[in-house]
Amino acid sequence: MDNLSYLLEFIAVGTIATFATRVIPFAFFSRHSEHPLIQHLGRFLPAAVMSLLVVIFLLRSGNWSAPVLGLDALVPSLVVVGLHLWRRNALLSIIAGTACYMAIQQSGLG
Amino acid sequence: MIDRSVFKLTLPILFGYIPLGMAFGVLFVTQLDYPWWGATLMSLAIYAGAGQILAVSLLAVHASLLEVFVALFVLNARHLFYGLSLLGRFRGAGWRKGYLIFGLTDETYSLLTSRHRTDDTEAEQRRDSLITLYNQSYWVIGSTLGAWLGRAVNFDSTGIEFALVALFIVLTIEQYKVLGQMLPIWIGAAAAGLSLAILPSDQQLIGAVVLATLSLLAHYRFHRPSVSAGSQEHSHG
Repeated sequence: MDNLSYLLEFIAVGTIATFATRVIPFAFFSRHSEHPLIQHLGRFLPAAVMSLLVVIFLLRSGNWSAPVLGLDALVPSLVVVGLHLWRRNALLSIIAGTACYMAIQQSGLG
Repeated sequence: MIDRSVFKLTLPILFGYIPLGMAFGVLFVTQLDYPWWGATLMSLAIYAGAGQILAVSLLAVHASLLEVFVALFVLNARHLFYGLSLLGRFRGAGWRKGYLIFGLTDETYSLLTSRHRTDDTEAEQRRDSLITLYNQSYWVIGSTLGAWLGRAVNFDSTGIEFALVALFIVLTIEQYKVLGQMLPIWIGAAAAGLSLAILPSDQQLIGAVVLATLSLLAHYRFHRPSVSAGSQEHSHG
């Protein structure tokens, strides 16, 4: 077994580093929460972050070489978009899209 | 303390966090010579998906504590920007605020910023904390299961982690419906496209978040005159 005290120190340092990235805005900017620039970010940043997460994770989920060309990820994504625009039931859209993706990956089509 | 509506809201996170947490747990016990509860403790204390997977490789090479700090800080730096957009929402949350901030992962941020809210700030902040708590429980349970089962895991859940991609797609559509405009969505997509094209894979996420934030700052500069004119009208009217 490796050194347990190293593991505990490691976890302590990792915890501080991760928490620091989350708490710094609240520690240094909380007085400015009414500032119009902060309000602007609060209004628009979530949408921008959501769409960039979609693009990055989608690219990582697909096989982009021929002959698949990313269809293994794009088809399930279109299922999600289509179902969600139609029924607007988040759970349904997510379960159907995930099932579609799993079926494609497990059948070896991806 | 089971809240059905919160449970339903966090179900997609459950589907994502259990298998990803298990992947982390399996990695932890198969790559390292530490007891299983190390994985559980990391999920309780650090609570960052990509960060913990990176941590396994840092533990394996016995990285110095300074390296550990820098690596995890840089990897998680996107959270700096998430907090900026939640300053008002967490204001006055009292003792819950610390936990809300601690638990701010990509997925929790997505749920908190997209869900429908009422005017009852205290009740909404209570639900925010419950959502955060549920999400972390899924992650802790997943990583503990993975660490217990170790190499014995052999059920075929290949592809189930797509639940998180599907969740992000759904939330993007919901954001569009709330805002009524595509511009921030295009900004995010373009930022992601650019950073995928020019950055190595470990820097793409933070690169895209920084680019999107800078673009929104530029957007703010262009729109500010009309915004302040609008608020003046409001105060006169």
